[in-house]
Amino acid sequence: MTVALVLAALLAVAAVIVVALPFLVEPEPESDRLGELDGTERRRLEQLEARDRALAALKELEFDHRTGTITDEDYRELLGPLRREAARALQALERFGAPAADEERPEAERT
Amino acid sequence: MPELGHAALLVTFGLTAYALVAGVAAARLGRRRLAASARNALVGAFGSTLVASAVLLAALLRNDFSFTYVARTTSEALPTAYTISAFWGGQEGSLLLWLLVLTGFGAAAVLLNRRWARDLIVWVVPVFAAVAVFFSFLLVAVASPFATQQAPPDGAGMTPSLQNPYMLAHPPLLYLGYVGLTVPFAFAMAALLSGRLDERWLIATRRWTLLAWAALGIGQLLGAHWAYVEVGWGGYYAWDPVENAALMPWLAATAFLHSVMIQEKRGMLRVWNLLLVLLAFSLALFGTFLTRSGVVNSIHSFTQSSIGPWFLAFIAVTVFVSLALVFRRLPELRSPTKLESPISREAAFLYNNLLLLALCLTILWGVVYPLLSEAVRGEAVVLGRSYYDFFLRIFGLPLLLLMGIGPLIAWRRASLSSLLTTFRLPTIVALAAGAVLLALGAGSSVPGLVAYTFSAFVATTIAMEFVRGTRARKALGAASWPSAFGSLISRNRRRYGGYVVHAAIVLLAVGVAGSSAFDSVKDARLERGESMTVAGYTLTYRSLEERQVSNATEIRALLEVRRGDRELGTLKAGKNAYTIEDQLSNEVGIRSDLLTGEDLFVIAEQIGADGVVDFRVFVKPLVNLIWIAGAVFLLGSAITLWPDAREQRRLVARTQEIGLPATR
Repeated sequence: MTVALVLAALLAVAAVIVVALPFLVEPEPESDRLGELDGTERRRLEQLEARDRALAALKELEFDHRTGTITDEDYRELLGPLRREAARALQALERFGAPAADEERPEAERT
Repeated sequence: MPELGHAALLVTFGLTAYALVAGVAAARLGRRRLAASARNALVGAFGSTLVASAVLLAALLRNDFSFTYVARTTSEALPTAYTISAFWGGQEGSLLLWLLVLTGFGAAAVLLNRRWARDLIVWVVPVFAAVAVFFSFLLVAVASPFATQQAPPDGAGMTPSLQNPYMLAHPPLLYLGYVGLTVPFAFAMAALLSGRLDERWLIATRRWTLLAWAALGIGQLLGAHWAYVEVGWGGYYAWDPVENAALMPWLAATAFLHSVMIQEKRGMLRVWNLLLVLLAFSLALFGTFLTRSGVVNSIHSFTQSSIGPWFLAFIAVTVFVSLALVFRRLPELRSPTKLESPISREAAFLYNNLLLLALCLTILWGVVYPLLSEAVRGEAVVLGRSYYDFFLRIFGLPLLLLMGIGPLIAWRRASLSSLLTTFRLPTIVALAAGAVLLALGAGSSVPGLVAYTFSAFVATTIAMEFVRGTRARKALGAASWPSAFGSLISRNRRRYGGYVVHAAIVLLAVGVAGSSAFDSVKDARLERGESMTVAGYTLTYRSLEERQVSNATEIRALLEVRRGDRELGTLKAGKNAYTIEDQLSNEVGIRSDLLTGEDLFVIAEQIGADGVVDFRVFVKPLVNLIWIAGAVFLLGSAITLWPDAREQRRLVARTQEIGLPATR
């Protein structure tokens, strides 16, 4: 009983220390504000997502066409709109001054 | 040490309550240290729950019957493995396991994503904490596993059907699944609360959802096998409410895993995905409620149950608050794109979603109907097997077919001529398979024949995808065919792992159709030396044996099995009489044919004092494909869950571009 109560008390103290730790480590921080994305950063993140989505779609289309899952007819019809979409996303990003992600860009887009 | 266990739960309750309040305050006021403190509290709650769990486990292993829970669920004679499984064998223990997994998953999800999605995590912490507060409150105030009593000389023991190795894995896996669905729920709610409705909440939770979904799937298959070998009624799925409780969130999560691809690829279905996450989580809670409240065993136990009303209230609050949040963010959740054609991959996924949801809600209706009929008419009307089987065929067969169609259609739109080209071979194979099966007599069950035909169609599309993909990788420069195959999978684990999971579903469909639509059954009362014949097997009852083991008396009837002139050996079926529990259990005899996948399944229904035995014998074609499907499902899930280095690099690059830390 006594051992159990001592262990329980130790557990409670440990819990208090864990919770208080951020305040103990930084009693007087320079800034206590949460670093959140501002409106511009959020819009830029959305554009980056749109760019990655368009490039991934182009890449998948190319591979599906190469495997034969997508026929020539469907490939020709889908390629143009996807390229335009990717171009729009890249142009929108350029307005934010961001470099395009070359690493994952498919062949069709690079050409 | 019940005091330590109780104190640990109190600490957990305090920490989670603090994480909830401090987390909300930190998020609203934008306070960094307070947010870190709330996060620490959630992580600390896992530690204190671990201590409580250790206390209960130690009490079980020591057979400390001064713990009411231990005395109620175990006995001195119970083997150690089942003594451990008693942890989740009763209501209080299983709730403690829920809390342990919940706080563990919460701590892991928060720590793994704390840098990469920190503006989301600020809200994830209080959402997780809110769920944990509920469970820790139940354990502290309503259903404590640390209640004590004057220790009796021995415990009441464990229900015989639970004394099975499957019980060591089946319930914990289901709990991993149920609780795992809290992660996507918490991130979805955090996205709504914070207004950060970009893709990060999807990316952060994708693998968690897959893990939960895979655990639920494997857990259900293990449960089905347990029912098959242990419960002894000749089947593996009875549409029991508790079984349905695990199936419903799995179906909702399956729908989500498909529709989330539409959001990732096309930016569509943002509201739908949030609602699916909410549905899956609510059904996981509802499943836990059904399993542990006693409501499904007896309608009247609902009002007597101490836990049921709490659960219902929590589910109601969860649904109401979540829907209010979705409604509040509706203008921001409008999709930038629209469905371009009803013949496209996203449309196929949408049809798949509607069918999955229809099946899920049909099952839910079947589960709640007895409760509603009791409330309205004063008489509980249970919807039987025919109700569920009917809707499984109505929704399940088109779903099976869509599994083959969806992956082979282009995103956005596909022309009719390309569809004809793409599906020519699978259609020919499916029709040929159907014709051959019809000629072999499979027409005795139309749904069974349709299931086989559709399965042939899907299997062909999956094989085509692997063959054509490997060929393309080889053409792109892979050194060998095996390396081309390996590179195909490693470059798109989600897609090709998904195909492996689809292959598992095909095996499952073939196994279910074979064993349920084309099975044979025969009853016979035999004296020693007498024989019976069923579906080409001849069984001769030879002798009756009795044996005493540590916790039961085993009685077995020995049967010789022949097929035509071929001796197939012997089979034992009988009963176990559990002394302490004062219960009898069926111990079935099963002979599996690994080549054909067929089982000969024998139940000794009644064993007379004079040695006369009433046998019920089933022959179940292809039933073993169901269990093989489990292994294939596990493989497919592992492939999809495996970390993808390319995707990681892309995400890191994206987050670096807006100045977020590069680590996840």
